[in-house]
Amino acid sequence: MPRFFRLDEPALDGLIEALRQQGYTAVGPRVRDGAVIYDEISSVADLPQGWASEQEAGKYRLNRDPSAGPFDYVIGPSSWKQWLHPPEARLFAAERENGAFRILPNTTSAPRYALVGVRACELAAIAIQDRVLLGDRYTDPIYQARRKALFVVAVNCTRSAATCFCASMQTGPRAVEGFDLALTPVGNGRQYLGETGTDAGAAVAGELGWPEAPPEMMSEAAETVRAAARAQTRNVALEGLAEALTAAAEHPRWETVAKRCMACGNCTLACPTCFCTTVEDTSTVDGARAERWRKWDSCFTQSFSYIHGGSVRTSVKSRYRQWLTHKLAYWQQQFGTPGCVGCGRCITWCPAGIDLTEEARALRA
Amino acid sequence: MSPDDPMLPVAYRVEKVTKETRDTFTLVTRRVDRAPRHAFEPGQFSMLYVCAVGELPISISGDTADKQNLTYTVRSVGQVTNQLVSLGVGDTLGVRGPFGVPWPVEEARGKDVVVVAGGIGLAPLRPVLYHILRRREEYGRLVLLYGARSPQDQLFRKELTQWSQAPESRVLTTVDYGGVNWHGHVGVVTTMFRYVRLRPERTIAMVCGPEIMMRFVARELETRGVERSQIRVSMERNMKCGCGFCGHCQYGPDFICKDGPVFSYDRIQSRMEAYEI
Repeated sequence: MPRFFRLDEPALDGLIEALRQQGYTAVGPRVRDGAVIYDEISSVADLPQGWASEQEAGKYRLNRDPSAGPFDYVIGPSSWKQWLHPPEARLFAAERENGAFRILPNTTSAPRYALVGVRACELAAIAIQDRVLLGDRYTDPIYQARRKALFVVAVNCTRSAATCFCASMQTGPRAVEGFDLALTPVGNGRQYLGETGTDAGAAVAGELGWPEAPPEMMSEAAETVRAAARAQTRNVALEGLAEALTAAAEHPRWETVAKRCMACGNCTLACPTCFCTTVEDTSTVDGARAERWRKWDSCFTQSFSYIHGGSVRTSVKSRYRQWLTHKLAYWQQQFGTPGCVGCGRCITWCPAGIDLTEEARALRA
Repeated sequence: MSPDDPMLPVAYRVEKVTKETRDTFTLVTRRVDRAPRHAFEPGQFSMLYVCAVGELPISISGDTADKQNLTYTVRSVGQVTNQLVSLGVGDTLGVRGPFGVPWPVEEARGKDVVVVAGGIGLAPLRPVLYHILRRREEYGRLVLLYGARSPQDQLFRKELTQWSQAPESRVLTTVDYGGVNWHGHVGVVTTMFRYVRLRPERTIAMVCGPEIMMRFVARELETRGVERSQIRVSMERNMKCGCGFCGHCQYGPDFICKDGPVFSYDRIQSRMEAYEI
């Protein structure tokens, strides 16, 4: 059984259809509100063909580009955590009677998603969330159920945005593991080199009868992805970074960046690894039925660190410091990996254009 | 959903309510389904859920030898604690956990134990006192230094007297404001150290109270020759889950819920001296 296959656009349509036939909800990139976001797709026609993004610190523009194939866009504001670690999830319901209550656990089964177009940096982000939500002392059942039911179609990057720095984080742009199938656009983005990563992926490839890829297609694909890596202009020097940041708690740079940071929390929402949540209780007016919901939260809010008597992190400086130090230093100690994958979303989607790579460099100085 | 979902509370019934002070109550609770209560060690906490209101981390203040009940001492300071202290006998609350690293009662065996508590900080330490007094001969000297805001704010007053009468045990209390009828000590809890002679090389200290109090107590203990590694403090941060998912209780590289709440002072000393960590 070959591991590498040649796909054309109808074959890609066939893949999406086959996954849907198998009961998966296919989720992939689409253009909405002037950005590439992830949502349900039913065919190649839904993909952002003919669009290219222009990204810089605090800037995102989606421009018409007739030469751009369906996967030539660079990642937008959404990430797959929306599908695996949902922004809102009901933990349980409770029914109350005469001072007592009964807990009613969730009974609906998890959705089965086929994610189409997962980039290498995003695979790394999923692996990081796996470590946090599945690989620690406790297991998050909501994440676990969605994760188990998952089918992943990765797509290797052929272009980098100015905000990309996955190469320096050693997470991309080529997908190495964590996918069922991986595609690399070749021949101006209208053909694909397919690669199987799991038995489930190989089964789909076999079922669809894809022809084996010719050797020149493999070398073209490898070169395209290498070129995307070379095109990256930003980087983070990982060596010694965690130690340097841990020691930099009183660095004057935190004051400087706090003057620009609005503590809006955009970076934490756009970040594919940020996992923090809060809980909210709802109830009917008579209090007979209540629900407990988990929602994404951000360490940039003041309420995040509230304990009786006040918040621990009142200054914006301390909140930015918490976020960045967690991402690049504490995470390493907590989970054995940095919490950053180099996707650049926090740079693009910061309204003040704060650049994580620049801050990390300044904090080492 | 899986039955071992750590976010699902188990219903406990309130069996007894004791008013300790004007704002602090002790709730004795028992599992509604009559199954054995959750096992716990001194210093661990539960997430207590009040239906439709919210959930909070509350330390277990009861005796590990009580195999039927889980006991909590709650001070009313906000929405959820107000509801908790208003629960009556027969009312139900939700319990998750217990969570967290306990006090080092095994490691303390054979050593002198200095317990220093401030305010409600006595509640998470009470299981330690029960534990030691039940095995009195297995431990060295026992000293409890307890600071409260006023005589009326002292918790467990009857027990304080009982504990002071145990062999080789001293209980010293102090208050911030004494009032005219108070003949005891007035001042912060660190001023009590002058009345006890520590044997630092064989002493282990367990400290719980407001962060600033713990900082000064730890410094005082260090000045008196107790090694940083023999000083344990119990930290508090915002918590939503208790199991390391919500991120709220992070304290530098540690999660208070699973790496704490009890920490060795040598691990967190520099963090305790810094602001807004």
